[in-house]
Amino acid sequence: MSEFLPIAILMTSLGVAPLILMMPEHASRLRTTVNLAAAILKLALVFWLTAVVVQGGSPDLRFTVVPGLDLHLQANALSVLFLALSAVLWLITTVYAIGYLENGVDRSRFFGFFTLCVASTVGIAMAGNLFTFLIFFELLTLATWPLVVHRGTAEAHRAGRIYLAYTLGGGLALTVGTIWLYALAGEVTFTPRGVLGDLAQTDSIALIAIFVLLIAGVGVKAALVPLHGWLPLSMVAPAPVSALLHAVAVVKAGAFGIMRIVYDVFGIESVQDLGLATPLALLAAITIIWGSVCALRQDDLKKRLAYSTVSQVSYITLGVALISPLAAIGGLTHLIHQGIMKITLFLAAGNFAEGHKVKTVSGMNGMGRLMPISMFAFTIGALGMIGVPPLAGFLSKWYLGAGGLEAGQPAVIALLAGSSMLNAAYFLPILYRAWFLDPPKDAPVGRNLGWMLVLPPALTAALIVAAGLFANAPFSPLGWTRFVVSLEYL
Amino acid sequence: MSDISLLVLLPLLAAVGAATTPRTSGIWGLTATALTATLAVWLTLDVFQDGARYIAISGWVAPLGIVLVADGLAALMLLMTSGVGVIVAIQAASWGVFPSSCASKDAESLRAGFWPMWLATLGAMNALFLSGDLFNIYVAFEILGLTAVGLTALSGTRSALRAAFDYLSAGLAGSLLLLLGVALAYGAIGRVDLAAVPMLADTIAGRIALAFIVAGLAVKAALFPLHFWMPEAHSSATPVASALLSALVVKGALYVILRISIEGGAGMEALRFALAVMGAAAMLWGAWGALRATRLKLLVAQSTVAQIGLITLAIGVAGDNLQQNGLWQAAALLMLSHALAKAAMFIAVGRIAEELGHDRISGLNRKELRPGAAEFAFAIASVSLIGLPPTAGFIGKWILIDGLIARDAWIWVALILIGTALSAAYLSRVVSRCLRGGPHVAANAHHPAWRIGDITALGLATSALVLGLASALPLGLLEITAK
Amino acid sequence: MTSELIYICAGSGLVGLAFYRLATCRDMLLRVLSLNVLAVGIAILFLASARDAGMTDAVPQAFVLTGIVVLVAVTAALLALAEQIDRQRDE
Repeated sequence: MSEFLPIAILMTSLGVAPLILMMPEHASRLRTTVNLAAAILKLALVFWLTAVVVQGGSPDLRFTVVPGLDLHLQANALSVLFLALSAVLWLITTVYAIGYLENGVDRSRFFGFFTLCVASTVGIAMAGNLFTFLIFFELLTLATWPLVVHRGTAEAHRAGRIYLAYTLGGGLALTVGTIWLYALAGEVTFTPRGVLGDLAQTDSIALIAIFVLLIAGVGVKAALVPLHGWLPLSMVAPAPVSALLHAVAVVKAGAFGIMRIVYDVFGIESVQDLGLATPLALLAAITIIWGSVCALRQDDLKKRLAYSTVSQVSYITLGVALISPLAAIGGLTHLIHQGIMKITLFLAAGNFAEGHKVKTVSGMNGMGRLMPISMFAFTIGALGMIGVPPLAGFLSKWYLGAGGLEAGQPAVIALLAGSSMLNAAYFLPILYRAWFLDPPKDAPVGRNLGWMLVLPPALTAALIVAAGLFANAPFSPLGWTRFVVSLEYL
Repeated sequence: MSDISLLVLLPLLAAVGAATTPRTSGIWGLTATALTATLAVWLTLDVFQDGARYIAISGWVAPLGIVLVADGLAALMLLMTSGVGVIVAIQAASWGVFPSSCASKDAESLRAGFWPMWLATLGAMNALFLSGDLFNIYVAFEILGLTAVGLTALSGTRSALRAAFDYLSAGLAGSLLLLLGVALAYGAIGRVDLAAVPMLADTIAGRIALAFIVAGLAVKAALFPLHFWMPEAHSSATPVASALLSALVVKGALYVILRISIEGGAGMEALRFALAVMGAAAMLWGAWGALRATRLKLLVAQSTVAQIGLITLAIGVAGDNLQQNGLWQAAALLMLSHALAKAAMFIAVGRIAEELGHDRISGLNRKELRPGAAEFAFAIASVSLIGLPPTAGFIGKWILIDGLIARDAWIWVALILIGTALSAAYLSRVVSRCLRGGPHVAANAHHPAWRIGDITALGLATSALVLGLASALPLGLLEITAK
Repeated sequence: MTSELIYICAGSGLVGLAFYRLATCRDMLLRVLSLNVLAVGIAILFLASARDAGMTDAVPQAFVLTGIVVLVAVTAALLALAEQIDRQRDE
């Protein structure tokens, strides 16, 4: 029975998406019901799957497409981690999106592709080999593009074109790398410690080239410098899109991909032997600093958050590239924590835009008085990003720092400290303006925000606090990642 | 007379029936197409179980008699033709109105003229796929040429007639080249059956003969630089005719090139290299034409030029059967996926033009009309043409690139990737225009109503999408060769 | 031997001439004529290869006959199309 959980979880969105796409535009009740029902069902199934995996099971489904190429869905500890994040945040964002797009146009198309995105993310989480991963990764590109251009304006389409160019280009690199690796190594099933065996000695040049191709392919989505150009531009999409996809799903899928490639395809040892760990760590470090520097220069709120994402996601890459279990724990935990924090920030930013037409930092004066709940959520998110204890962000940075020491790279501590200061530099002014300055006399008033728009960021803010305070509980993100990493390193 | 020859006779006889009774030609057309499809399925199951089948007409065997051969590749092509044919025939039967640019007043008689042409095309293509010798192939091509031109000219507009004239003259030139090659082949080795092609490839005279044959086939397959007749022909025809021409008719010539290449052996290496080079050039040229096109149908036709280039490239780098690398199977799979996707695309374009009243790309974003199912079908078909997972186009490209990497043929890999990127560029041009909205949307915008065209286009596009996951079936079929 | 050479030269000459005309002129009737000349040239080349010492081989002659029949049919279709196009131009 539990064997079919992976496919069931996939079908709650993959099967539902065509239905939503075909719904007539005015059937909003039906659409809302289907959306929420699917999201809740998915969450329930994911909890069930978590229980199964905790007890030691690992449901596994294979389907042969062509001899030598299998479609493979596998639910193990790492996939369940990503799966849980996606399912929880999808439910919250669906509620927000329903409220946000009330009276919007093309809602069936929006929610249809929204659902398809989650299906792709779920597929990426549960992919058991590189081929399956590739399929869902490309599907993610196709499903997110209509969402980026949803508003239909010329600016949206320009952003969409650039998005497509980057992501399809990355997809081509990923495809070639995958085919090449399959040609060299046969079926590339994700196994802890990697599948390369002795190949690292015999075909090292080919493997280095493959690594570069694969990392470039997923690195586009993970917004690694210099492949990050699409992310700030795609902020033209509606707030729920930016929140879930470009702060959580797409970007996290890229980071997840880097993780899979380093841990489960190449294996830590091979990466180290091939001399690829240091360049990757350096690239991550550059991205961390560059993202933060660019964030400082942005006045547009969403763009500032976008560059912050560019920077923060590379913490995960850094954690993966440093050869140490503690850094791995830090990176993987940051995947979860950053997801929750970023979504809080974006949902709150969406509220500022809708409630008072405030889209820039300079317009944030007095927001604490105008929209206290959303601003409070934003504050929690911002403080978490800076790394203030006992919030979630502090823990992951701590582990990263400890990991840096363990790997013999004390420069990492300087890097973390520096980037935290930069984070403070671009977040604190917002908080100061919001809480300590008066709102402008003729503050524009947008629409009335219902509970659907105010509750989600408050919920995720609460999650940030909980993840930090209860980090030592058995099912906290931290505990879970400790378990995952132990499989890698022992 | 076994069922293999029935596959050829049934459509041809039905064509005569449809031609003589214009009132009921639609019924002749639909039933004959459906029956042919059933026969094709039956034959495929037979081939799966018992292997390749031969019959010699009237008992005369090679080198002088006409032999029909049904192996895995032939069965796959037959399935493709009648399968796509059935769906397009349903669409043709439901098509109430020709495009408004139809110049002839006698629309009813023109519509009646479609069915005999289509049935004769089906019969000729079946004869082509089943032929065991080169001269029979020549005859089948002649029939095919005439009927395909008939399909092109059907709408009666000035541009369609001119395009049909150019198509026919190019087709005749190609057939004459083919005939010349067959003559030289007979002069060289005294036989013209396909099994004798390896012998041809071993002698100088034989290689010249093969070169002429392939040149004639290249004209018929619209391979760059001999493709000049194609974009106008496919874009001036009615959508249903364009679907049939682009998806099926050009595959006939590509099939023969593939066959010859498989049988040809090592002596054909130079010819294969030439094919690969022309294929790569066609990919780039077609993509360039598509990027510059202002009309939707022209863009789709140029896309066919590019895709034919890709398939020819696959044939050219595949080598022969003896090398056991399976690359020629990628070419067959690409042919199949292209047929499905292209038919879907042309039908979708026909629907879009019907709703809009024109097919200019710049006019695709419209104020009162939101994108409908036809645009969605176009988008899904594009996914297959670009070659994104999990479509059959993706699997075909995977097998192709896999084989090329195994041989360190990086230049070809790079060319294929460039072709893929370009196809994404010109197809996303169209799809993004369909998604324009925001300030352009009028308050009372509505979705176009569903028509049969939407369903057929969606059906074809979706089958192209999921065929990738079921690729084991066609590939297994292709394993059954006539050796 | 020499008669074969004459045939081959004549055939190739006609084929070359026909291709040249096909490539350069746009007039419909001239194109139809060029195609016919092309077919005749190829037929001559065919027949030249059919001359063996002693018996003439019947198979190439069968090929040529088929080719002629096809040529006539296609020429008829071409002319019909050309006439339609002309009629449309005059309207």
